[in-house]
Amino acid sequence: MHRFANPTRFLRLANAVLPWLGAAAVLLLGVGLWMALLRSPADYQQGETVRIMYVHVPAAWLAMAVYSTLAIASAAFLIWKHPLADLAARAASPIGAAFTVVALATGALWGQPMWGTWWVWDARLTSVLVLLFLYLGHIALTNAFDDPERGGRAGAVLALVGVVNLPIIKFSVDWWNTLHQPASVLRMGGSTIDPAMLTPLFVMAGGYVAVFAVALILRIRALYAERRLRQLRLSLPDA
Amino acid sequence: MSRGAYRSRKNRRLALILGGLAFLGAAAALVLTAFEDSVVFFFSPTDLADRQLAPGQRIRVGGLVEAGSVARGPGDGEIHFQVTDGTTTLPIRFVGVLPDLFREGQGVVAQGSLAGGTFEAEEVLAKHDETYMPPEVADALKRQGHWQPDGAPKGGGS
Repeated sequence: MHRFANPTRFLRLANAVLPWLGAAAVLLLGVGLWMALLRSPADYQQGETVRIMYVHVPAAWLAMAVYSTLAIASAAFLIWKHPLADLAARAASPIGAAFTVVALATGALWGQPMWGTWWVWDARLTSVLVLLFLYLGHIALTNAFDDPERGGRAGAVLALVGVVNLPIIKFSVDWWNTLHQPASVLRMGGSTIDPAMLTPLFVMAGGYVAVFAVALILRIRALYAERRLRQLRLSLPDA
Repeated sequence: MSRGAYRSRKNRRLALILGGLAFLGAAAALVLTAFEDSVVFFFSPTDLADRQLAPGQRIRVGGLVEAGSVARGPGDGEIHFQVTDGTTTLPIRFVGVLPDLFREGQGVVAQGSLAGGTFEAEEVLAKHDETYMPPEVADALKRQGHWQPDGAPKGGGS
């Protein structure tokens, strides 16, 4: 793993896989949306409205998976001081924030027709809103210092503190009474979603993962170029 | 700096982070346990019977709509139904429009207050469960007698 902490080596590998990831994203999202919107059955209770699930659930999964990525990168930066880990953390948080916004927005659009409300302050919805604020706080804090090293460290500490929220989000529906229903896929005793609906859901989730990977690589590349530029400018004699 | 010293500083930082997370997790667990009453979104009819509520105190109650208990009238848009958690049943009166998913045997959350023995709801929200299936599969399950009536707690649970 430490071999790839070298930015040059990492970028060479990342550039090689980028077109494949891009193709996978287009293909999986295309096939996934076609299956989800046209080929999959309506639900016995929710009817056609269930199709919001195929956009909402993967976004919520990714919102949490990206936060895990952010936390692991932050820990790697604090422990081993790899500059690439700092770049990965900075690159991940706006992407995670975007997935969280998608999950919250599609959740509201789904809640209105099914539950009868756009928003309630139950434990699941509130903890996901806290996740969004953690992402926004991380973006603000990492950019609040003139010295990127200090900003990176402060942001990494915030990201690690926020890890406490991940189990709260996941288990909120089991620990407390919530309006949000309990887990359907990652639960004891197997999935409670019919296979005809589970397949498009997983294809969509694969597409979201590919989109995340593409966005992460592009952002790390841009942040790395920015960092290099800054170093060059600082090293100019008349700067 | 020797390689050994370098490693031990990493190990110290790693231990610091893991220890910090453990403390933070414990703190969060204590806070959330202490404030459990504010974290729960609704109470069950049994919870409600157990606690002394001031008349007119606003609260949310949730449970399954008892099969065969929904009755309209006498007023315009007035609906009476019973919500149960398997042990206690609570009659609810609501005037207004119910969400699409409101069904007998399905979960609901009502916000309002107790008046006499009846819960006067200002708002009724539908709660759906975690099962998703096509209508044909639901019909087939019913035909084969594998259907669990919605009112019954699902396998093992309760």
